[in-house]
Formats: sequence, C-alpha cells, structure tokens
Amino acid sequence: MSKENSVRQKHCDVVVIGAGPAGLAAASQASGAGAQVLLIDQSLRPGGQFWRHASEEHDADPGRWHHGWNTYTQLAKVLERAIGTGRVEHLSGHHVLTGERTGTGLGLTVQPVPELADGVRGLITVEAPAVVLCPGAYDRQLPVPGWTLPGVMAAGGVQAFIKTQGAAPGRRAVLAGTGPFLLSAAASVIQAGGEVAAVCEAADLTGWVPHGVAAALVPSKGLEGAEYISLLAKHRVPYLRRTAVTAIHGEQRAEKVTVSRLDRHGAVVAGTEKHFNDVDLVGLGWGFVPQSELVVQFGAQTRIDIDGSLIGVVDTRQHSSVEGLYLAGEITGVAGATAAVAEGRIAGYAAAWMAGYRVRGARQAAAAQRDKILRANHRAFARAMHTAHPLPAGWESWMQEETTVCRCEEVPYHRIRESTETLSAQEPRGLKGTTRTGMGWCQGRICGAAAICLAKSSGDQRKEQAARAVAKRPLAAPVRLSDLAESRAQTRPLKAP
Amino acid sequence: MVPAVNASDVLVIGSGAVGAAIAYFCALRGLSVAVVDSGAVGSGTSSKCEGNLLVSDKEHGPELDLANYSLKLWQGELAEHSHLWEFENKGGIIVASQESSMASLQRALRVQREHGIRVEEIDVAELKRYEPNVTDEAVGAAFYPDDSQVMPMLVTAHLMRMASEAGAHMWPYTEVTGLLRSGDEVRGVITARGSFWADAVINAAGPWGGQLARLAGVNVPVEPRRGYVLVTEPMEPKIFRKVYAAEYIDNVGSSDGGLQASPVVEGTPAGSVLIGSSRERGGFDTTFNPEAIGRIATNAVKLFPFLAETRVLRYYFGFRPYVPDHVPVIGPDPRAPGLWHACGHEGAGIGLSVGTGKIISQAVAGEDTDLSLEVFSPTRFGELTEVAA
Ligand SMILES: Cc1cc2nc3c(=O)[nH]c(=O)nc-3n(C[C@H](O)[C@H](O)[C@H](O)COP(=O)(O)OP(=O)(O)OC[C@H]3O[C@@H](n4cnc5c(N)ncnc54)[C@H](O)[C@@H]3O)c2cc1C
Ligand SMILES: Cc1cc2nc3c(=O)[nH]c(=O)nc-3n(C[C@H](O)[C@H](O)[C@H](O)COP(=O)(O)OP(=O)(O)OC[C@H]3O[C@@H](n4cnc5c(N)ncnc54)[C@H](O)[C@@H]3O)c2cc1C
Repeated sequence: MSKENSVRQKHCDVVVIGAGPAGLAAASQASGAGAQVLLIDQSLRPGGQFWRHASEEHDADPGRWHHGWNTYTQLAKVLERAIGTGRVEHLSGHHVLTGERTGTGLGLTVQPVPELADGVRGLITVEAPAVVLCPGAYDRQLPVPGWTLPGVMAAGGVQAFIKTQGAAPGRRAVLAGTGPFLLSAAASVIQAGGEVAAVCEAADLTGWVPHGVAAALVPSKGLEGAEYISLLAKHRVPYLRRTAVTAIHGEQRAEKVTVSRLDRHGAVVAGTEKHFNDVDLVGLGWGFVPQSELVVQFGAQTRIDIDGSLIGVVDTRQHSSVEGLYLAGEITGVAGATAAVAEGRIAGYAAAWMAGYRVRGARQAAAAQRDKILRANHRAFARAMHTAHPLPAGWESWMQEETTVCRCEEVPYHRIRESTETLSAQEPRGLKGTTRTGMGWCQGRICGAAAICLAKSSGDQRKEQAARAVAKRPLAAPVRLSDLAESRAQTRPLKAP
Repeated sequence: MVPAVNASDVLVIGSGAVGAAIAYFCALRGLSVAVVDSGAVGSGTSSKCEGNLLVSDKEHGPELDLANYSLKLWQGELAEHSHLWEFENKGGIIVASQESSMASLQRALRVQREHGIRVEEIDVAELKRYEPNVTDEAVGAAFYPDDSQVMPMLVTAHLMRMASEAGAHMWPYTEVTGLLRSGDEVRGVITARGSFWADAVINAAGPWGGQLARLAGVNVPVEPRRGYVLVTEPMEPKIFRKVYAAEYIDNVGSSDGGLQASPVVEGTPAGSVLIGSSRERGGFDTTFNPEAIGRIATNAVKLFPFLAETRVLRYYFGFRPYVPDHVPVIGPDPRAPGLWHACGHEGAGIGLSVGTGKIISQAVAGEDTDLSLEVFSPTRFGELTEVAA
C-alpha cells in the first residue's frame, strides 16, 4: 500500500483530547504557559457539543443558537493565534482510538475519521508526558415502545440538528425525559420555527426546593431557565410535570404520542394516559452519559456520580489517578459548559506544569482562584439539578414485551427479562453475553444506561463495575483491519514472553 | 443469606463452562450440588473466548478422545438444547498457502484419519466452492465435516440454568479464600459468605486452577495463556465455515511462551466475524499488546483479503488454562482426598466441558467412567517445587 498508510509518530508536551469548552480552555491555558500542545478532535471545527457549528450554508449568524458565544469566540481567537505561532497543532477530524500508559508517559493511537479524511489513512501514535482528556458526553437514553420509529431522536440530537442545520427536524414536537435541557431543546425548536405540543418532565421539581442556595450561586443558569420558561409560556406550550412519554405510535414514522402520569417512584399510573396526535418529532432526553471509554482504557480511577453516570475521579488540579492524565468537563461529572471551561483552564495549566512549564504571576493566580470558585459553584448547581431530576426508578413500567432495548442487535425487552430471570445475568456483561445487548455498532452507547438498570446490579461497588463494563470499549471507534495490520510496525517494545 | 450449615455432596469452584457442565451432570445424577464463583456466572475465560468445537486441531491421544466423546454428547444427549446455545455443525477448513505447509498438512491428515477423524483433502477449486472469498494464494486445504460451533456464554448460562433446575445452587460473587481441612483431607471451602462443606470439592477454576490447588498444597501447574480476538462490524455472510491457516495446528500443540498468532476466522449468527487468536504466556497480564492485535489482523487479511477494508469494532482477550502437556487435569487428587480437579483445558474448554462434566459426575457418584481418568491424573506433574507464594 501507499506511503500515507504507514504509521506516523508524534511527540509534544501536552495532548488535549476534545475541542469542546473544556478542551479549548485547556489548550489555550497550556500553550499560554509555554507548552507545545497537540489538540485532537474528531470534528473538523472546534467547539464541541455545546458550541456546535452551524454548517457552512447557515453561517450568517453563528451565535444565534448558542449560549456563551463570547467565551467561544475568545477561546477560538487564542487558539488561532497559538496555531499561528506553532504552539498548538490542531489535529482536527481525528479520533483517538486508544490510550494507555507506556512506562515513559502516556500513549495514544489516533486515526483520521474516515468520512473526513479524504483518502488519508493509517494510524498515528502519540506520546506525551501529559494528556488532558475532555471528551464530553452524549445523550442518555431510555427505551420506550416506538422509540425506533423515524422522527424519534435524542433531545440533544434535536438541538444539534438545529444548531447545524438552522431548522427543526420536524414540524410539531413533544420533548420528554428529565432535566432543564428539555426546556432548552424545546426553545430551540420554537426559535427554529417548529411547534412544541408539550414538554414532559418526569420529575415533580419539588427536588429543587432544598437546593435553592446552590441554584442561587449560579444566577446565569437561573436566567437561562427563566428565559426558556417565558418563551414556552408565550407559545402556550404545556409543561407537564411527573409525566413521561410511554408510547410512540406510527406506521412509517412517529405520528402520535401517548403520555402518562408517573407516581412517586417514577412508575406509570394506570388510566392517566393522554394522547398527542399529529406529532412528527419526539425528542427524548434523560440527561447525559460522560464518554468514559478512554478513562477506562487508561485504567484511571472512576466512581458513580450522583446522576448515576460513571465519571473520572480527579483532585483539585483535575489530575486523575494516572500520572500525567488530567480530566476536564463532563467526564468529571455532567455540569455544563461554564464548569467545563473553568476545569479546562485549571487542567491545562496543571498539565503544562507537569510537562515542565510554569509561569504564574499575581494576575494568573487571581484568575485561577476565580476558576476554582466558578467550578465549585457550578458543581454545586449540577448536584442540585441531578438530585431534582433523577432517572425515574419505575421506568420499566412502560416497557412492553416486544419493545426494543438494544437497537443495533434488535434485542427485545422480554429476552432481557428471560436472561436476568433464568440465566443469572445480574450484570451488563452477562446480559451482553447471553442476549448480545450492546454488542453492535454503537457498542452500548445507546442501550448502556438501560442495560445497567435492567441487569439490576445492586450495591455501590457492583454498580460501578457494571458501568465500567459498559464503558469498556477497547477501541473508541471502529478501525479497518488493514490499519491494524500496519500498526504492528509500531516501535513499542514487546513484552517478554 | 447462607444457611448456617451449607453442606452438599458436591461443591464446584468456578462457574465457567466446565464448572457449569459438572454441576449439570452431577445434579442430573441426583447429587446435591453447590457452585461458587468469585464473580458472576461464567465471568471468567468462558466469556472471553470463542466457541469452536474442533476435532481438526487435536493430536491423537487423550484430548482427542475427550473431544470425540464430548462431540457425541453435544450431538446426542444435549441435542435438544442445541438451539439455545446456537450449536452449528458448520465444518472446519484448514487452508495451506504454501507447498511446504500443504505437505505438513497432508502428514497430519494421515495420522488424524488413522485415529478416526473424518477429514477430506480438497483442491483449490473445491475450496473456492466452500469459501469463495478465500485467498488466491491457497494451494490446497482440508475439510473437517465434524467441526462445530457454539456460543460459549449461552452454553455456560444455560448449563447453569439446567443445573439449577435440577436442584443445584449457584453462589455468585463468592470467592474461595481457603479450604476446610481435616488432616490431608479437604472437607469444604471458606468464603466471605461462610463455609461450604462437601464430600467432593471440585476445582473448576480454569486458569486459576493452579492457585486453587496451591491452597491444598498440591501441584497442578495450570498457567494462563493469553489470547486476543478481534470482532468486526456485522456484515452479510462472506465466511461460511471455520477457516484457519495450516500453521494454527503447530501453535496449538506448541508450548512456546512467545507470541504466536495464526488466524481462525468465523462468521457468527449476528453477522460479526470473529478473528482469533493469539497465544502468549506471561501471567495474568492485562496490559495492551498491540503486536498481538497487529499480527492477528495481518494474518486474517492474508487468509481473506476482503477483510482489509472491514472495520473492527472491538477486541477482547481471555486467559486459556494452560498445562505444559496440553492434557486437561481431571479427577480426584489422592494427595488431598476430597479434592478433585477439572481444569487446564487450554484452548478447548468449551468443547470439552460437557465430556469433562459427565465423566466427573460418574466418578463422583462412584460409577464406572466412560473414559478412563488415569491419563488426566493430577499427580502426573510431581510435587510443588517452589514454596507457595
Ligand atoms: C447535543 C447537546 C446539546 C447541548 N446543549 C446544551 C445547552 O443548550 N445548554 C447547556 O448548558 N448545555 C448543553 N449541553 C451540555 C454541554 O454541551 C456540555 O456541558 C459541554 O459541552 C461540556 O463540554 P466538554 O468540553 O466537556 O465536552 P464537549 O463539548 O462534548 O466536547 C468534547 C469534544 O471531544 C471530542 N471527542 C470525544 N471523544 C473523542 C475522541 N475519542 N477522539 C477525538 N475527539 C473526541 C468530541 O468530538 C467533542 O468535540 C449540550 C450537550 C449536548 C450533548
Ligand atoms: C481467545 C480464546 C479463544 C478460545 N477459543 C476457544 C474455542 O474456540 N473453543 C473452545 O473450546 N475453547 C476455547 N478457548 C478456551 C476456553 O475458553 C477455556 O478452555 C474455557 O473457557 C475454560 O473454562 P473453565 O470453566 O475451565 O474456566 P473459566 O471459564 O475461566 O471459569 C473459571 C471460573 O472460576 C472462578 N474462580 C477462579 N478462582 C476462584 C476462587 N478462588 N473462588 C471462586 N471462584 C473462582 C472464575 O471467576 C471463573 O468464573 C479459548 C480461550 C481463549 C482465551
């Protein structure tokens, strides 16, 4: 094969994985301290999930759909300058496949994203003394009858579609799940010219009351929320609490939605069904799942966060349990973009320090102190939010025998039940082995949260093991056999037999 | 959760394919059975392997006898359950891509035929009829109609379910940390959940079998031999049998500690292709070895060139329970009466599980065994030389 197929190697002081809010902040801080930075992201343009770019055609007013656009443009400017001076290399359109300790530092294998690569192939290996990992999160999903119909999307997917396409992916929408993000997605649908038939919130929101103080620490969040609420009120969108979408109906695509009231345990109250007809878009959002496969690959310590997701454990400098590995943003707990930026800055500076750079005057010290306060306040707010918006414990009550749980391998609910009841599958690995749940294309990203619940792993330690098993993806993205075959040209020393 | 006195006829340590099969056949005989495992059911090697039931890779001797005996069980007594564990009698093909490997393949065939293995030599045209996508470099091949396949995790889970339905009791997350002794005798096991007493304590701890034996102060030199498997994206069937390269047989029979990787390629009912596997010894080492992955990929592409563009979704590895003479350890241990072993099945423990389970159940019940246990004896390795760590 041709030359571009051979393995390339790169070295630098600090690698930043992910160019979202956390990663951009980390890269600018680390390069500002003098470190040579390699910033890797699978997308072509920086911004991550939060500042997802409008695609070229809709670029007239890129800030229109985005909160915190100023922060973004500032960070983007710093980045551009640093790229200009050669301090930062931006490896865009590249996926980090594996991460591991090498003995002398941290090693990564990186692959050009095939759809963006323009024929360039082959793996790149990277070694550096410090890595800042900011891979963000993706939508947490729960299955519901009819959720495989076209027109049903993750709430984050609805938002992302609008941010990139400038139009809503449907005419009349129901948004359902839990968390303030539903409001933001509903607002986007309205702003993009769509109609919202209802927003269904599974929680009863009384959970917020004891956390008023935490919420007050982050006034911007309150303002953002108030804006959404008033927009929905203006458009007379019903905001139904303690209510969930319990079935989606349609022949070729979503046409009609059934919603039901939930009891205190989040289980369906029989006889409370209501229907929304003429609905062609359903956005479902149950919070977010931090993208933790690289944390697990590196072997860093993890724990279960208050919202049930697996997150990396870090110290006050965002350092993980693995020497040289820093974590920032959603991977340390879902807490929003402002926290991500603060953590990214803290981690970026600390990583540069680890690589041997230190410039810190009074001004930087004050800025660092502000970041720490920002981080603390937003984390407290996030805890309050997660407490007020738990996954409804009784969600299984809306499942039907034939409802698909694993979409890739088409595993219906009853097969999972048979497996947990008669085949002693008490953890997601057992479920995977006996039903193929999570074995397909998405490698458990979509069904993982449901699998963890359905396998009924109990006890804190067992829950963490279950979540780690789901997050154990030895390759963060698919890779061609020919590229793997080439990769053995790597110079890493072989272990003694 | 554990009754004050937990006593049974049989206590099985390990709920892999081997432990589950023992539990099933013992429970069928009316023996009372308890199974303990430090993890979930089947969470050891039996969920990190492949499910080939091969006669084609066996040398003549006790392992081949056990393989043939097991195959009769899979296809006879257990046939009614075949669909539960996706039993498929798809046949195996060994491909030689060089004249020299063809010559050694032919030598192997002659010996195998003498020992009753059904095999036919096929030419390139026939090979292409079986496997249209195989490499054009092939110079010849052998077809083994009896080679079959199962889904190992389903085998383990269903055998355990069938054992439970016959009265066996499963204790997951129950690690054995010590043995109950009375002089030399082994009377039961100690776990964090309490003590389990039994007339027969059976070490079915797979690659950890050597460690278990040490608890009793006896030498059963089972060691882990790591193997990687690559899993591709799902696709339309393009590989129809189990196909492997002629060098594979040499690797299976060798004791070399270094890395070996010869391809075994097979489709699965879910559409993914499994590509195994490497062999390397180095303890329970869980760090990534890119060399192993790279070599497996290289060899697989040589065998099926279209795979070059196929994407791998994930890989996994497991630890084969390796013994130096490649013969599993099955039977009572006279050095520690009351202790039995059923481990060391290396790369064939799924296929051999049911045969092992059945002869152990016969022996524990005091009946004549269908195969003599003598050749599988745990005492054949001599005494422990080093002090137990
Ligand atoms: C669809 C969506 C919409 C959202 N909208 C809002 C909103 O309106 N308001 C709000 O407050 N919060 C919103 N959030 C939450 C907000 O996006 C996050 O708080 C914020 O983006 C976190 O920043 P981050 O840097 O941790 O991660 P991200 O912004 O997710 O950035 C992570 C980046 O890492 C890259 N990456 C991940 N893994 C790899 C890899 N292996 N190799 C290479 N690159 C990799 C990704 O491509 C991505 O660009 C939304 C989240 C989602 C998923
Ligand atoms: C890559 C690879 C490919 C393979 N391909 C095939 C194939 O195609 N066909 C085939 O037949 N075989 C194959 N094998 C071999 C096969 O997987 C093994 O021989 C078989 O799984 C061994 O089963 P077992 O029950 O003896 O061990 P295991 O499945 O490992 O079970 C042992 C159990 O003992 C438990 N245990 C250990 N210590 C303790 C303790 N102190 N207390 C309580 N419990 C304990 C463990 O948790 C474990 O569950 C392959 C193996 C590998 C690694």
